[in-house]
Amino acid sequence: MKNAHMTLTINGEETEVSFAPYKTLLEVLREDLRLTGTKHGCELGECGACAVLLDGKPVLSCLVLGLECDGREVLTVEGLAEDGRLHPLQETFADMGAAQCGYCTPAILVTARELLDRIPNPSREQVREALSGILCRCTGYHQIFEAVEAAMTCTPLPAAGRARDEPLETEA
Amino acid sequence: MSSGNGTPRDDLKIIGRPRRRVDGRAKVTGQTLFADDLVLPRMLHCKLLRSSLPHARILQIDVSRALAHPGVHLVLTGGDFPIPYGILPVSEDETALCTDVVRFVGDPVAAVVARDEFTAAEAVDLIEVEYETLLTIATPEEALATPEPRIHEHSEKGNIHKLVSLSFGDVDQALKDSYRVFDDTFFYQGNTHLAIEQHATLAAIDPDGKLTVWSSTQTPHYLHRALAKVLETPAAHIRVIACPNGGGFGGKSDPFNHEIVVAGAARILDRPVKICLTREEVFYCHRGRHPVQMSFRTGVDREGNITGMHVRTFLDGGAYGSYGVASTFYTGALQTVTYHVPRYRFQGCRVFTNKPPCGPKRGHGTPQPRFGQEVQLDKIAEALDQDPADLRLRIVEKPDTITANYMTVSTIGLAECIRRVVKRSDWRRKFRQLPEGHGLGLACSSYLSGAGLPIYWNRMPHTGVQLKLDRSGGVTVFCGAIEIGQGSDDVLVACVAEVLGIQPFDIRAVTGDTDLTPVDLGSYSSRVTLMMGNAAIQAAERAREILASAVAAHLKVPRSRLVFADNTVLDSADPDTSVSFQEAVCLAEAASGTVGTVGSYTPPRSAARYKGGGVGPTPTYSYTASVVEVRVDPETGWIDVPRVWIAHDIGRALNPTLVRGQVEGDVYMAVGEALMEEQTFRRLPSRLSPALVHKFPSMLEYKSPTSHDMPEVITDLVEDPDPAGPFGAKEVGQGPLLPVMPAVANAVYDAVGVRVDEIPITPEKILKGLELKRAGRSPRVGPGPFPDIDWPEPLEVPPPWEGGDGKAETPKDVPR
Repeated sequence: MKNAHMTLTINGEETEVSFAPYKTLLEVLREDLRLTGTKHGCELGECGACAVLLDGKPVLSCLVLGLECDGREVLTVEGLAEDGRLHPLQETFADMGAAQCGYCTPAILVTARELLDRIPNPSREQVREALSGILCRCTGYHQIFEAVEAAMTCTPLPAAGRARDEPLETEA
Repeated sequence: MSSGNGTPRDDLKIIGRPRRRVDGRAKVTGQTLFADDLVLPRMLHCKLLRSSLPHARILQIDVSRALAHPGVHLVLTGGDFPIPYGILPVSEDETALCTDVVRFVGDPVAAVVARDEFTAAEAVDLIEVEYETLLTIATPEEALATPEPRIHEHSEKGNIHKLVSLSFGDVDQALKDSYRVFDDTFFYQGNTHLAIEQHATLAAIDPDGKLTVWSSTQTPHYLHRALAKVLETPAAHIRVIACPNGGGFGGKSDPFNHEIVVAGAARILDRPVKICLTREEVFYCHRGRHPVQMSFRTGVDREGNITGMHVRTFLDGGAYGSYGVASTFYTGALQTVTYHVPRYRFQGCRVFTNKPPCGPKRGHGTPQPRFGQEVQLDKIAEALDQDPADLRLRIVEKPDTITANYMTVSTIGLAECIRRVVKRSDWRRKFRQLPEGHGLGLACSSYLSGAGLPIYWNRMPHTGVQLKLDRSGGVTVFCGAIEIGQGSDDVLVACVAEVLGIQPFDIRAVTGDTDLTPVDLGSYSSRVTLMMGNAAIQAAERAREILASAVAAHLKVPRSRLVFADNTVLDSADPDTSVSFQEAVCLAEAASGTVGTVGSYTPPRSAARYKGGGVGPTPTYSYTASVVEVRVDPETGWIDVPRVWIAHDIGRALNPTLVRGQVEGDVYMAVGEALMEEQTFRRLPSRLSPALVHKFPSMLEYKSPTSHDMPEVITDLVEDPDPAGPFGAKEVGQGPLLPVMPAVANAVYDAVGVRVDEIPITPEKILKGLELKRAGRSPRVGPGPFPDIDWPEPLEVPPPWEGGDGKAETPKDVPR
């Protein structure tokens, strides 16, 4: 079986990749591009752990063929931080207990980012709905909901070499 | 709104304050490396061929076509790993690949190692196995009735794996003398962990020829021992690295077939070999909650004080021993530590069946009897016309008590937990007073803060911590404990930071690595915070002493006046006289050489000296009370759980953010177990296949709560520091799960008057109960009589108040 070749934009960077044509986007990301931040829990579209943004919309990367992504834009957890600053969602998730084992976290983060891009001030119900396709077995979801909501008003600080032990500065 | 409520102590700077966990950044950037994220040059991939039959003898395996398949490097079968292993020394009944008999659909038979997963999977399909089918034992009743064929030769008799019979005082007499005796049977269906991360393992040969195994394991130390045994290699030549687990919940606590297979394959091929199980395989690996049938016979006096209790449990163990002997004891160990039970008898029976093995899931063997006990107490309260909260408050066990079965209760915050959930839920105004379809239920529980005994007998510490300090001012802490999401790295670092007066970010944690870190027994039995925390404090205090000596000499102040805080060491009498923490380390290094210390922890000796008394003791028990609110639709039977109040006696919350996460995660998992999660099996139509298969080995069909199903949780932490805990902390990872299931059942009864005496509580069962109610019959849905089991003569252990010393009486010469 000959490899497929294509060019797509991953986390804002034009990227060439060569991969076995039967591979899913999940496999291309993890195995051929070594972007292992995107996880898998079933590879059948059931758990939601492999969510990424494809052209800005959340998709389960285990249900998308790599071949479908030619020329398209993919955002993974590795692309959330910008200019050396974590995304506000990453700050609040780390501070507020929204990541326990951290395995579903990348999927939840990119999905929440799409929600905040679309609805800057979502209600609790909208947060629940947006995240309902991703299973988390650790948290019981509440600290995740709260972290998403806190991210609306969080101002991130430079990411590297910093421990944040004090509570987040968020607008009241 | 949910709320945690740690109350920080003024003199503690790190402990007790909500704080970003030390590994938080890694987890939100995708930089945490789980086992399947690891890739090595020249790495090959492994797939297992699993049995398609539930019980059969392997007559012949033909691997020739698989071996000839392009891209295949190696095919292994049972003969390649003849040495058996198993987590408990009393039931080493597994082999890496089945040698002669397969015991459940999914039992691994052969392994293929190939250039990629796809090729390995193709080759697996080319392996031909000739089987002779054996009789399938599908249910625990069949196991009792079918002594032959035996699934294992090591079972006690026939297919009964383990029988336990323990008696603490004359229970029959106590029941005879009781005002009322309550007889109930319960059933708790099995369910599984469903960690989102599928098990994965990578094995490779190091440049020096030794073996390294990276794995998603909660117990690298026990895996290390199993690998050394099966591969006949000195343990010192094997390095096991536990990657952070993408959820564990007990499901990654056994040494697994796939771990041993890839380790063996890497050695044969001298190349890295990786395996990652499919979700379907994870369902078949299981080791989850045992299905348990239970009988509770409980006597009470007029006030509701318990006079005696006789508990019988019947566990469906599945095909292998796993932790099963311990699980069996756990179904009887903790009934006595919540309420005073003056006389107690426990009989437990675990059988083998041709299904995936059961083992430890969050709460290990205790959620099932806790369900029975707490639902029965609800019935007792109603029969005695008492409020269930008041009844419990009256009979709560006293602090500093040795129970009838010799469990040592030290601090017990249960009464305060009950008062808090009663107040917060407005119980007094709502219980039995809400409109039809709305209900409140209450239940309590207790759990271990670490098992008192290790899995294999030894006198060594259960955990060890090493500290390295150097002139950079940096501190590295080494411990074998395993981060499975619970925050063990954070606890480790926080304890050291607090003692040394530095910041968590100044410390690097190296954990879960058998080459680099002192042994820790593993992330199970809620042991890590208490045991590792104490060892970390000991190591840090020893380091502080070394630093203090050098600083005292340098500053010419008495050692006793030195305070370690805010990255400085200062004279408490004259705060301007100080050195930085880094200077302190330099002074110590100059004065006495390289600075390093160790700490370790061994639990206190248990009061239980009888055979079987090793399961249940712990340095201290945690306690929880919960009130659950339900809404039941009488038309459909649908159950909503809008709200859960929970109060947990934690001793002290080390990081309240993480503690709250554990409590809410417990409630989440409990709601799943209470309402929907079931690991059940079905026979295929016999004309098609003799197979006995999982009903729904997929995350879509195995129902678990989504973000829509999660109730609001109102969390209260009762903080009464326990002398045994690090800074007073008790466990939180498992205990708060336990009261929720019975509280749901009790709330359903309050809402619609239907008693569902089994888990899960589904709409069909509610409708059945409502139908019975309408027909004027007892609105109870649950199991029938407890099965007839030929129990051995009980081991007689007189309770402490009847002159006992924790040992069994010499067995009476009673013919049977």
